[in-house]
Order: sequence, then C-alpha cells, then structure tokens
Amino acid sequence: MITTLAQAAADTGGPMTLGESIAFWILGPIALGGALAMVLARNAVHSALFLVMTMLSLGILYMVQQAPFLGFVQIIVYTGAVMMLFLFVLMLVGRDSSDSVVEVLRGQRLAGLALGLGLAVLLVAAIARSLIEVTPVGLGAGGAGSSQNLHGIGRLIFTDYLLAFELTSALLITAALGAMVLAYAPSKSRSKAGQRATVLARLTGRHARISPLPGPGVFATANSVAVPALLPDGSIAPESLSDIIESTPVTEIEQPPADPHSLTGGSSQDGDR
Amino acid sequence: MNTTQQLLADDPIWIILIKVVGLFALGVVLTLFMINWERKVVGRMQQRPGPNRVGPGGWLQSLADGLKLAFKEDIMPTLADKRVYFIAPVISTIPAFVAFSVIPFGGEVSMFGERTVLQLVDLPVGVLVVLACSSIGVYGIVLGGWASGSPYSLLGALRSAAQVISYEIALGLSIVAVILYSGSMSTSDIVSAQGTGWYVWLLVPSFVVFVISMVGETNRAPFDLPEAESELVGGFHTEYTSLKFALFFLAEYVNMVTVSAMATTLFLGGGQIPWLGHLWSGFDNGWFQFLAFIVKTLLFLFVFIWLRGTLPRFRYDQFMRLGWKCLVPISLLWILLIFAVRAWRNSESGDITTLLVAGGIVLAVILVVAFLVPDRRRTEPLPIELGSDYPVPPLDLTVPTPPRARTRRVTGSSGKEPAAVGSGDSGKESE
Repeated sequence: MITTLAQAAADTGGPMTLGESIAFWILGPIALGGALAMVLARNAVHSALFLVMTMLSLGILYMVQQAPFLGFVQIIVYTGAVMMLFLFVLMLVGRDSSDSVVEVLRGQRLAGLALGLGLAVLLVAAIARSLIEVTPVGLGAGGAGSSQNLHGIGRLIFTDYLLAFELTSALLITAALGAMVLAYAPSKSRSKAGQRATVLARLTGRHARISPLPGPGVFATANSVAVPALLPDGSIAPESLSDIIESTPVTEIEQPPADPHSLTGGSSQDGDR
Repeated sequence: MNTTQQLLADDPIWIILIKVVGLFALGVVLTLFMINWERKVVGRMQQRPGPNRVGPGGWLQSLADGLKLAFKEDIMPTLADKRVYFIAPVISTIPAFVAFSVIPFGGEVSMFGERTVLQLVDLPVGVLVVLACSSIGVYGIVLGGWASGSPYSLLGALRSAAQVISYEIALGLSIVAVILYSGSMSTSDIVSAQGTGWYVWLLVPSFVVFVISMVGETNRAPFDLPEAESELVGGFHTEYTSLKFALFFLAEYVNMVTVSAMATTLFLGGGQIPWLGHLWSGFDNGWFQFLAFIVKTLLFLFVFIWLRGTLPRFRYDQFMRLGWKCLVPISLLWILLIFAVRAWRNSESGDITTLLVAGGIVLAVILVVAFLVPDRRRTEPLPIELGSDYPVPPLDLTVPTPPRARTRRVTGSSGKEPAAVGSGDSGKESE
C-alpha cells in the first residue's frame, strides 16, 4: 500500500499527487490534534499517548514522502523506545498525578511564554523560507528515492558526516554511562547477600533463629498480624507476638468505608445478589 | 526495484483484497490451530491426553473457547481508565496483523490468470516493519495493564515494557548480519539472496540470538514474566474479560506466528529448499514454496511449545542479565567480526585462503593457551557447624533413586492396557 502511494508520488518533486494529498489531509489534522491534545490533556499518561499519536502520523507522512526508512526509524526509535520509557516513568509516578497549576519558580510562566514565542517565530521563519525560496526536487531526484534511501543515508553518515556521527554517539554513551554511575554507584557499596550466603548465615547461627518467625498459622483462628500463633498444645507461641502491636494503645474506630478495589460495577453487583 | 516489487505494483485491487482477507484468515486459523496444538503437545509431554472432546480429535476446542469468550460478560473495572482500557486490546492486535503483511509466504504464482507473488507488500525496509509493529504492539500490553487500575496488571505492564525494549535491541542486532550479507532490507530480496544457501549455516550466532530474543519479544515461556501466573495472577490482562481478553490472546499468537515467519525468512530461506528444485522442476512452484514456508514456520512454532513444556520461568534479574550481558555483547562482537571479514575480503589482498589460515592459527593459539592455563583448584568446602539444634537433613545427603522395577510391575499387573482409565468396560471387568 505504502509503496504504491510512494510510487504514485512521481519521482520528481512535482506537484502533490492525489494519494499524497489524501494522506496529508488525513494525517495532518490527526498530528495537529494530537499535539494540541498533548498540551491540553490533564492526565500525564493521556498526554504521552497523544504525543505517540502525533509521532505515528509524522512517521507515516515521511513514508508517503518517499522516505520509508526515516518513517520506520521514527516509529521504532521515538514511538517504540523513547515514548515507552516516558510511559514507564509516568506509570511509576502514579496514575492519578495530574498537572499542578501552582507556579513554583517566580517568573517561570513569563519566561516560558517568551521562549515559546521566540521558537515559534524561528520555526515560522524557517518554514516560510523553505516554502518561498527553495524549489523542491523530491527524494527521487538524487537517486536516493524510496528504494535507495538506505544506501544514500548510509553513505552520507559514514563519509561526509562521519565526525558528527561519532561525536553524537560518544556524547550519548557518555550520558548513558554517567546516568548509570550516578544511579548505581551509591548502592554498590552495600551489596546484597546471595541466596547461598543467606542460607549459610542461617545454618551457622548468625541469625537469631534458623526458620522464620511463626506466623498466625495452622492452629490460629484468624490470619491477622494481631492474632498470635498457637502451638500444637493450644498455648500461644511467644515469638509470634509483635512488640510494636502489643505496646500500641488501641482505640475503637468507626467502620471504614469500603475498599474501592472490592467494588465492581453496579449492574454486576446486583446480579450477584 | 526487484521483480517482486514490480509484480506487486501492478496487482489489481481485487487481488490485493484477496490477499488481505487471506492473510487475516491465515492469522486467525493459525491461532486457533496453535492453541489446540500447544495444549495437545504440552499434554503429551506431561503424559496426559490434552483436549479431546470438541470436534474430531478435540481439534475444535479452541474454536469453542473463542465462541464462549465472545458471549461472556464484559466487565469494566471501577478503577479503570475507560477509554484507554477499551482501546488497549485493539492497539495490541492491529500491529500484529500489520506485521504479517511483509512476510514473503511464497514465490510467483498465477492467481485467476493474474501473475502475482504470495506477499502483500514488499517495502525496501520490510524488516523494519516487523520491528516497528512489535514496538507498537507492546503499547497495547502496557496501556492495558495501566488502565486496568490493578496492581497486578500494572506490574505486568511494567515488566513487559522493560522486557520488550531490552530484547528488541538484541533482535535488531541479530538482524544486522543478515542485512549485511543480503545487501537489502526487503524481505523478498533477503529470501532470494539465500537461493544458494541458508543464512542459518553462515550466521549461526545471529540465528541463536534471534531465536532466543524472539521468545523474549513475544512474552512466551520461559520469558513470560509479564503474565507470570504464579506471581501476577494473569499479569497485564488480569482484569480483562470477554472479547477484549480474546483480542489479547489473538495478538499473542499472531505475534508468535509473525516472528516464526520472520525467522524462516531471515535464516531458513523463506519458501526455498535449494536442492529440491534439482530433483523436479515442479518444486519451484510458488504454491509449493508457500507449503514449505508454512512447514518451516510450524517448526519454529513447535519450538515455542517445546520450550513452554520444558523450561521453568526465569527470574526477572536473570532474564535481564541474559539480555543485556549475554545476547547484546555477543551480537555486537559477532557484527564486528563480520565487518572485519568483509572489509578484508573487499580489500585488494583479501583472499579467503589467507583468512581461513589466519583464523585457524588464532583458534589454535587460543586452544593452546586454554589448555596451558591450569584448572581452578577446587577448595574443599568447609564443614558447616550448625548454629542451633533445629532439625535439618545432613548436608551430604544423597537422595536414593527409586527402584524402577517395582513401578513397572505395578502397571504390568493391571493388564496390557494401562491407559484404559476412561473406558467403562475394562473397569467393570476388573471389578
């Protein structure tokens, strides 16, 4: 499908063909809507999802414009890896964390507004210049059209732009190493004992007892931590008593509201009864 | 543009439609077949019959299960994020089928008088399509786990995200060698480049890394940490019911078929069997290639089942260590070696004899050094003094093997048909 679309777009950089314009008018609004929704969405995960949508439509737009390699790399690297890491972190933060509208740094909003406007002016100027002054030749013109994409990019990266490429990779590796050292080095000093070492420590008496403390087990009447374990003769196992719980003064509390995890939709609950 | 791309470019629209419907049907039918096959094979491995009630030989069991799933109640958890929860199974299913479209199932055939190729599209970057689709497909799992609003699901989703990102690197690196040798990323070019010999012989390390990481990529045992039953109930799909659950199931099995087909394409020469064409020219037929392709794919799918029946699940840190400290470095070293060999062969003085001699000398030196290095001296394990009177078995306990003869005699006494547990007649006779 995509090849036919790409082939329909003539090899020279002529006017847009029908297939190309259909694709553009479908994908353009989706990309734009996704970008707007990303800024406006309250929930951080929804925001990330809208960004994914924008990136996907951009990737498909690249494919339509005879750059299938760029399109798929966009999908694999940005949508697949980078945004997935974003989502990973967002999920760890928690699902109900929404944007706070409190200004933490003074003057942050004004500075942000000014910088954003500046960026917008720069972008508009660059795009306007490319629309007015540059005549498009299309990717097919330089012999680097859709099937020669790979060879063209490979040759350029490893000949003309080799230094820039190597510098970028060195920078990225340094960043990755730095992040690992910063995150990992402090915890390295107190390394954890393995399974074997723990078992040996238990057997040689370096722990208080060889087995875990008795929980409220087979003979107990309830499985709360506040209920002591019973020995086979019915007496209370003293090791199962927690000092903390025993010494905490107890006051009667009111019945707490039901745990939301135990609730189901209204209809199914009625059906159960 | 190669011949495949030319043939595909002038396909009329109805042939494209036939192919799309055929691909979809193939995916669904293979899924239904795989579920049954898996249950039967694992059953045989565990010495039980497996499904044998619905349809001839029990082969319609998964169809019945699928129909049952469609009629079950669709439950929306109270804490779910409604829209994301709804769309997650769809996100995981669609890329699975899209990745199917670049697989070169067979060669040139004539379909209702129209010459075409048994492949839907042949992109110049076909291999990347499969990688891209698998990286989109994992969004379905991650979002489904997150949107369910349950800790089990969330843990499954987190594991899945880490797992797929890690193993996609190993998967991508193992493909690099194939692309270098075939000189193209288009799947049909890769298949035709293997006309003289399969890459599985030439690129053994790549093949091994690919097969291991494709199991990791599809969340299958022994790497099925995102849905580890013993730890996470069902993992990311704990809260899913009805058709949404069926979609997740479908996606998992279609993904398995896709990566198996990819392994066939990249390393087993697609539908080609090089020596068979010399015996009879009829074996060069496109439809026969399709048959050969399916057989090779089923071979990989059987390995999936075999692994599931044999290996226990990895612990999470072991799994990550295997990926990052074993598969990725091996792939990188192997690619480096291939680069070196190719650079040498492309240079002016590069002839294969010198290279082989040099390689042999290096290997011999390594072997000699390996033999000269003394064995690690075994230190006698210190006797462990027990710190308490807690009863533990002796540390040098040897477990005696149970005598085989007695068990055989017990089954022998019950007659010649030990498997006749379910049949009523023999039961009455013994009474």
